[in-house]
Amino acid sequence: MNFSYGYRAPDTIAEAVRLLQEGGSGARPLAGGTDLLVQLRHGIRQADLLVDLKRIPELSAVRYDPADGLTLGAAVPCADVADHPDIRAHYPALVDGAGIIGGSAIRQRATVGGNLCNASPSGDAIPPLIVLGAEAEIAGPNGSCRVPVSSFCVGPGLHLLDQGEMLVALHLPIPSPRSGSCYLRFTPRGEMDIAVVGAAAWLQLDESLSYIEDARIALSAVAPVPLVAETAATWLIGRPADSESFAQAGRLAQETARPIGDVRGTLPQRLHLVGVMTRRALQGALRRAKGETIDG
Amino acid sequence: MITKTAEHTVIGTRPPRADAFEKVVGKAVFGPDVNLPRMAYGRILRSPHAHARIVRIDPTRAEALDGVYAVATAADLPEAADRTERVGEGNVNYKYMRDNTFAGDKVLYHGHPIAAVAARTLQIAEQALELIDVEYELLDPVLDVRQAMAADAPLLHEGMHTRSLAGTADTPSNVASQFQFLQGDPEQGFAQADVVVERAFETAMVHQGYIEPHAATAAWDADGTLTVYTTTQGAFDIRSQVHELLGYPLSKIIVVPTEVGGAFGGKNVGYVEVPAAVLARKSGRPVRVVMTREEVFLASGPSSGTWMRVKMGATREGRITAAEVELCYEAGAYPGSPVGAGANCILAGYDIPNARLDGYDVVVNKPRVGAYRAPGATQSTFAGEAVIDELAEKLGLDPVEFRLRNIATNGMPRLNGGFHEHIAAREVMEAVRDHPHYNAPLERGTGILRRGRGVGLAYWGNWGARSSVTLEVNADGTVSMLMGSVDITGTRTSIAMQAAETLGLSLAHINPAMGNTQTSGYSDASGGSRTTMATGVAAVKAAEEVIAKMHERAAAIWVCEPEQVAYTNIGPDAGTFTCSRNDETMTFAEVAAKLGGTGGALRGQGDVNVRRWGGAFGANIADVEVDIETGSVRLLRFTAVQNVGKAIRPGQVEGQLRGGATQGIGWGLYEGYAYDGQGHMLNANFLDYKLPTALDVPAIETEILEIPWPEHPFGVRGVGETPIVGPPAAIANAVYDAIGVRQGFLPMTPARILESMGII
Repeated sequence: MNFSYGYRAPDTIAEAVRLLQEGGSGARPLAGGTDLLVQLRHGIRQADLLVDLKRIPELSAVRYDPADGLTLGAAVPCADVADHPDIRAHYPALVDGAGIIGGSAIRQRATVGGNLCNASPSGDAIPPLIVLGAEAEIAGPNGSCRVPVSSFCVGPGLHLLDQGEMLVALHLPIPSPRSGSCYLRFTPRGEMDIAVVGAAAWLQLDESLSYIEDARIALSAVAPVPLVAETAATWLIGRPADSESFAQAGRLAQETARPIGDVRGTLPQRLHLVGVMTRRALQGALRRAKGETIDG
Repeated sequence: MITKTAEHTVIGTRPPRADAFEKVVGKAVFGPDVNLPRMAYGRILRSPHAHARIVRIDPTRAEALDGVYAVATAADLPEAADRTERVGEGNVNYKYMRDNTFAGDKVLYHGHPIAAVAARTLQIAEQALELIDVEYELLDPVLDVRQAMAADAPLLHEGMHTRSLAGTADTPSNVASQFQFLQGDPEQGFAQADVVVERAFETAMVHQGYIEPHAATAAWDADGTLTVYTTTQGAFDIRSQVHELLGYPLSKIIVVPTEVGGAFGGKNVGYVEVPAAVLARKSGRPVRVVMTREEVFLASGPSSGTWMRVKMGATREGRITAAEVELCYEAGAYPGSPVGAGANCILAGYDIPNARLDGYDVVVNKPRVGAYRAPGATQSTFAGEAVIDELAEKLGLDPVEFRLRNIATNGMPRLNGGFHEHIAAREVMEAVRDHPHYNAPLERGTGILRRGRGVGLAYWGNWGARSSVTLEVNADGTVSMLMGSVDITGTRTSIAMQAAETLGLSLAHINPAMGNTQTSGYSDASGGSRTTMATGVAAVKAAEEVIAKMHERAAAIWVCEPEQVAYTNIGPDAGTFTCSRNDETMTFAEVAAKLGGTGGALRGQGDVNVRRWGGAFGANIADVEVDIETGSVRLLRFTAVQNVGKAIRPGQVEGQLRGGATQGIGWGLYEGYAYDGQGHMLNANFLDYKLPTALDVPAIETEILEIPWPEHPFGVRGVGETPIVGPPAAIANAVYDAIGVRQGFLPMTPARILESMGII
C-alpha cells in the first residue's frame, strides 16, 4: 500500500493532458477526491501522481446559455451544482442526484464529473445526466471530442477514457418545452448512503399535457454500469401520462435490469424496487413537466 | 453527620460539562492523539479466515524489512491463567483473552489477531504485515447459533464441554454453558391460559459504533515501569489485563486513561494494549497501535446475535399465567455472551407466576462479544415485548392496559431468584398511559404510507462496585477533585456536583480531574450504569471526610472542641462554620486559608464498594410510518420515559435517554453484521454497517421520573443503559400496528419488511 504520491496542479487543460500522458498508468486526475483518496487509502486503486484539476478555469466553470444549454466544468462541486439557480430551473434531475451524494460536507468537495469518472454502478449523478441527454467533453493528446454520457461507463469503476485523456466538461442540451426530469434513489438511511436502486426519468408532454411525446429512463445499481431502460422509455411514447402507463414502464424497466444481490440489497428487493422507483421517478418528472414543484 | 434535604442548590441544575470546552476546541487528547518521542507505529496482522488451524507463522521476512523494529506473536506472551474474572460488565477468562490477543493454534474468526509489527512508519508496518508468512489449514466455520448447537457442528474448542448446574457434560460442544430459571409450574400455567402466543426471534450481531477506534500507546521506563495510555472505560481493568497477560506486577504498570470518543461497553476489554506493550518492550521504543475502522468491526467486542423463542399464556381477564423462554446467544469465538443479563431483563416488569427460561452461551466463528449498553437486554426485550404486545392484541386489550394489569411490584419474586425492591415499573407504565404522545391521535393511512404506534417496557439492573474519589482543599477555599472513574458521560461534572452539594460550595469551587492507576484509588470501570451512582457515593463520603477534618481545623483556630463547631452546607449560610463557644463564624475559605498552620494538607478520601443498587425501568413510545412499497420505516415521533432515581444533571440524563434511544433505533432498523457463507464479514465499514444519521432520528421526547433509590445519598439510580433496551421492541410493535405483520428479525431492514409482507 502506497501512501505517498506526487501532486501537480496545472493551470491549463493542455498541461494537465501532458502530465497525465507522461505519468502513464500511475497518473490519475484528481477533482474532489472523495472517492479517489479513499480508494487509494484502501488499496482499491493505485497512483503515483495525482493531477489536481481544480485550478483549471474551464473545469470549475458553470455556464448556462438559453440557446446552447448547460456547460458544467468537470471539477464543479456537487453543492454548487445543486444550488445553481439555472440548473435548479432547467435540470432538476441533476439537482436531485448531485444533492444526495454523500452528505453536506462531502458535497462541498465531491464533483459531478468525479461521480461520472468513478463509474460506479450506483453513482447518483449518472442516471440524471443520461436522461438529460448530457455529453461528456473529453480532452486528450489528440485533441478533444464529445461522447454521450450513456456510453461513458463500460464496467464497474471503468470508463472509456484512454491514458492521457481527461473529462473537461459536461454539456446538457437546452430543456424542451413541457419537459420535466426527476431522480430518486432508495436507501435505508436518509443521507450518507448509497443507492440500493436509483431511477432517473425525463418526460416531454404534448401540448395538452396529457400524453407523452418523448421519454428517457436510466437506472443505477442494477447492472455493471448505469443502465438505460430503453424499452420502457420507448413504450411510453404516445401513451397517456398517467399512473397506469408509469406502472407498465416500471414493469418493463424490471425486465431490463440485471441486478445482483449483495450486502446492500437482495436480488428480489432490487428487482422490486426498480419497478417502484421507476414509477415514482416518472411521476416526479410528470409533475415537473407540468410546472409543479416537488421536493428535491 | 451531613444530611442534605430536598433543598439542593447544585444537584438538578444544568451547568456546562467540565470537559466541554476542551472537546469543542479540539484540544482534548483522545486515544489516537497520544504522541511520544521516538514512538514507533504498530499494526496487527489478522486472519483472513473465519476458522482455521495455524500450521506455521514465519516472521523472518518481516523482521528483515528496513524500518521494522519488532514483530510479536503469541510466543511473546507467557501462558495465562485459566481463570475467569469480571471485567467491566462482562466476564473474561485470561487464557481465552491471551488467545484473542494473539491466536494460538487456531484462528476463530475473520480478523483474529495473529501477530503485530512495530516500525518507523505506519507504511512500513503495513508492508511488514504482508511479509509475515502464515500457513493455514482451513476448517468449516460455524456462523449461526443454532447450527453451532447441533450435535454434529464443527467445534471451535475441542476441549470445551457444556457447563451447567448439573455439572460438566461428557462430550465437547460449542455450548459453553447453559442454565435454567424455573418458577411455579409452567405446564399448569399454560393449562390455565385462554390465549397462548409463541414466536421465535432472531437478531443480528451489532456493534457499539463508537467513533474513536481502539488506540493504545505503551512505553517502558528504564526502571521497568510500563505506562500504557489508552482509551478505556476502566484504567484499572486494563491494568489487570496487562498484568495477567504479561505476568508483570501491578505496581509496575501505570494505565493512563485518555478522553474517550464513545465506548458504550466496548472499551472494558483491551485489544491493542498488550500488543503495544510487547512491541514496545521488544523494540525499546514507545509504540502506538490504533485500530482502523475495519479492525474495530472485525475484532473488537460487539454484542451477540441471537435466536430466541418466547411462549406466553394469559387468561381472558388479561392476567399472564405462564411464560416459557429460550435464549440462545452468540458469544463469538470465546465463551461469555450476555445471555445471563438478557435472562435477568426479559419480562422483568411483569408478574408471571409460572415460568421457565433456558439460556445458552454459544461460541461461533465471530469476534468475541463484549459489553454493549445493557448487554443482552435489548435482544431479549425485543422478543418478550413482542409477545406481550400480541397477547394484548389477542385479548382485545390496550397494550399499556394489559401491561399494567400484570405489572411487577415491590417484593415480588423475580425469575432470576431475587426480589424487586423500590422499583417503579407501574409508575413508568402509567407515565406512558398518561403521556400526550400516547394519547395523541394517529392518522393511520390507507395508501402506500401506513402508520402505527407501539410501546415497549424496558429494564436494566444497573451496578454498584468500587469507586474512589479524593478531594483536596486548597488555601483559597477551592477543592481539587481526583477520581478513579473514567469520564465517559460527563462524569467529572456529575461527581463534582455531588461533592459541591455535600460541601455546601458552588460547583465553580471544585476542579475535577480523572486520575490514573498510579494517582487514584482503585475504581471499577465506568460501566453498568454505575458511575454517577457509586462514584457519587464515594464523592459524598470524601466530602463528608473533608467537612469532618475542617471541623478539627476550625476548632484548632478557635481553640475549642470540634464538637463545638457546626457547619452548614445548605441555605443562605452554606459554606459557613460556626463556633458555639464564642458564636464566631468562619467561611470554608477562611478555614482553608489556615490549613498550613493547623496541620498541613487536608484531603477527604472516599473509597467505596457499593454492594446494593437500584435497577431502572423505562419505556418507549414509537410512531412509525411504513412505506409498504419499499419497506422503509420512518420514525414520526419517539418518546423515552425512565425512572432515574434522581437526575443529578438533567441535561446529561436527557442526553443519555436520547443517545440510548438513538442506538436502539439503529439496532431496530439499520444495524447488523453481515457475513458470507465462509464467515467473512461483508460490512466492516460505516457505509454498509448503517448507523442512523440525524435525518433518521426524530427529536426524542424525554420524561424523567424521580422515584429515588433510597440507599444513595441523593437517590440516584443508574441511567445510561435502560434507554437502549426498549426502542427495538417499541418500533417492532409500531410496525405491526402499521402493517399488521409481526416482525421476527432485527434489524427490521426494508428488505425484511417486504419479505415479511410477502412482497418479495
